[in-house]
Amino acid sequence: MNSLDFSIVLQAWPYLWSGLLFSLALTAVAFVVGMVLGTCFALLQHFEVPVIARIVRGYIALIRSIPLILVLFWFFFLVPIVLGHLSGSGGPVPIGATWTAFITFGLFEAAYYSEIIRVGLRAVNRGQFEACQALALSTFETYRSVILPQVLRVASPIILSQTIILFQDTSLVYVLSLTDLLGAASKLAQLNGRLVEMYLVIVVVYLAISSAASQGVALLRKRYAIAGARR
Amino acid sequence: MVQQTAVDETSRPQAIVAVEGVVKRFGRFTALNDINLSVRAGEKIVLCGPSGSGKSTLIRCINHIEKHDAGRIVVDGVELTDRMGDINNVRREVGMVFQSFNLFPHLSIAENCMLAPMKVRGLSRAEAHERALGFLRKVRIHDQANKYPGQLSGGQQQRVAIARALCMQPKIMLFDEPTSALDPEMVKEVLDIMVELARDGMTMVCVTHEMGFAREVADRVVFMDRGAIVEEADPETFFRAPSTERARDFLGQIIH
Ligand SMILES: Nc1ncnc2c1ncn2[C@@H]1O[C@H](COP(=O)(O)OP(=O)(O)OP(=O)(O)O)[C@@H](O)[C@H]1O
Ligand SMILES: [Mg+2]
Repeated sequence: MNSLDFSIVLQAWPYLWSGLLFSLALTAVAFVVGMVLGTCFALLQHFEVPVIARIVRGYIALIRSIPLILVLFWFFFLVPIVLGHLSGSGGPVPIGATWTAFITFGLFEAAYYSEIIRVGLRAVNRGQFEACQALALSTFETYRSVILPQVLRVASPIILSQTIILFQDTSLVYVLSLTDLLGAASKLAQLNGRLVEMYLVIVVVYLAISSAASQGVALLRKRYAIAGARR
Repeated sequence: MVQQTAVDETSRPQAIVAVEGVVKRFGRFTALNDINLSVRAGEKIVLCGPSGSGKSTLIRCINHIEKHDAGRIVVDGVELTDRMGDINNVRREVGMVFQSFNLFPHLSIAENCMLAPMKVRGLSRAEAHERALGFLRKVRIHDQANKYPGQLSGGQQQRVAIARALCMQPKIMLFDEPTSALDPEMVKEVLDIMVELARDGMTMVCVTHEMGFAREVADRVVFMDRGAIVEEADPETFFRAPSTERARDFLGQIIH
């Protein structure tokens, strides 16, 4: 432990790489599922759809008050039992750790993205809705072509922060015995005793990915900037 | 009651907008109280009156941005009820220009003008683009077609808003104080376009306090106060010799 030895990291790279890929895949799926579901949730609340809006609001309040790690547990142990009851097979129907991770992360992130979109929707000027009405645009076109594009532009920095948090949270899958980037590193570190090197490299990887994401969003924001918009 | 509010049979064919006994309430406050107004095709009406008198509410009822609580509104032969299909059929034929422009900030000037013709009228992109450039030329702003609303002056933005409405080829245009948010030096460029539009024969209902414009193009000036139409006259008569005390007070205030 006197001097740093990074060759160990090189040897371990394939394993780290598979952990990283899992983290990225989980982030990507949870992002897509979360954004689509979250946008639907936000719209249901925005339209104040009777009963459903209340249910959605309750769901979001619930999800936001419990830690993700707990949701993972619940999902992993509870859903198989519920499925077993529903299917009438008596015993639990296991859905597997990987499926649990993907579904739970998607449902969990939906609650957070939904709040971001909901606030964004409220920030859109009433005149935008009125202009759409006056032009006879359908509700669908109004939201698709006019309202949501503005919401996404305004909310993109917050959506990015949430997604970076999501990427970091993928490490929680260790409770399901799945191996993400951080999980891979700690396992290796325990095996070869090179904790400092391992964790240093991991920090660099997290840093690289987060700043790449920030750069990407900055580029997107530039590309889709609302020219002349007052900030 | 029916007798009173029914539109005169002989004028019915020409009345493109018929407002009969319309009442609009916001909670317990009555913003419009038994409004009757009939607009013939090609007619230009200027609506004026003190702040809060219900001018905006009235023209917003004509394209159902506000829903009236009682009475009837018939636009181009279609009665406005709760039926979304009818409402959209009316809105296709009624263009509206707002005080605050309400352009879509994330779309270019051309795209602002192309969106509704493509999505509502079913034009192809190329057709919509051609039409947009045509109307942008009409409002003398076609050289800015690829810019964004935030890059234009207020007067330019309002002219784009007029072009955007015209791209739907409406039969009626509603204007809600189109020049009140503009710097004084930009008022004329917008009014000039509106005068041209009037000369082309467009049916127009304009809320405005621009007396020069009213004199030049209005067939009728309608004066509102506290949710009611108090006086209706041709502009010469209205400005020279208003018959009600309230109209005289109002004119005294805006002319100083
Ligand atoms: N959405 C609303 N909710 C409650 N009250 C409203 C609403 N819209 C308008 N009102 C009220 O109705 C009245 C008429 O408003 P309206 O906007 O039609 O007046 P206006 O004649 O256009 O006035 P201005 O010259 O200031 O634009 C006002 O007293 C206003 O406060
Ligand atoms: Mg008004």
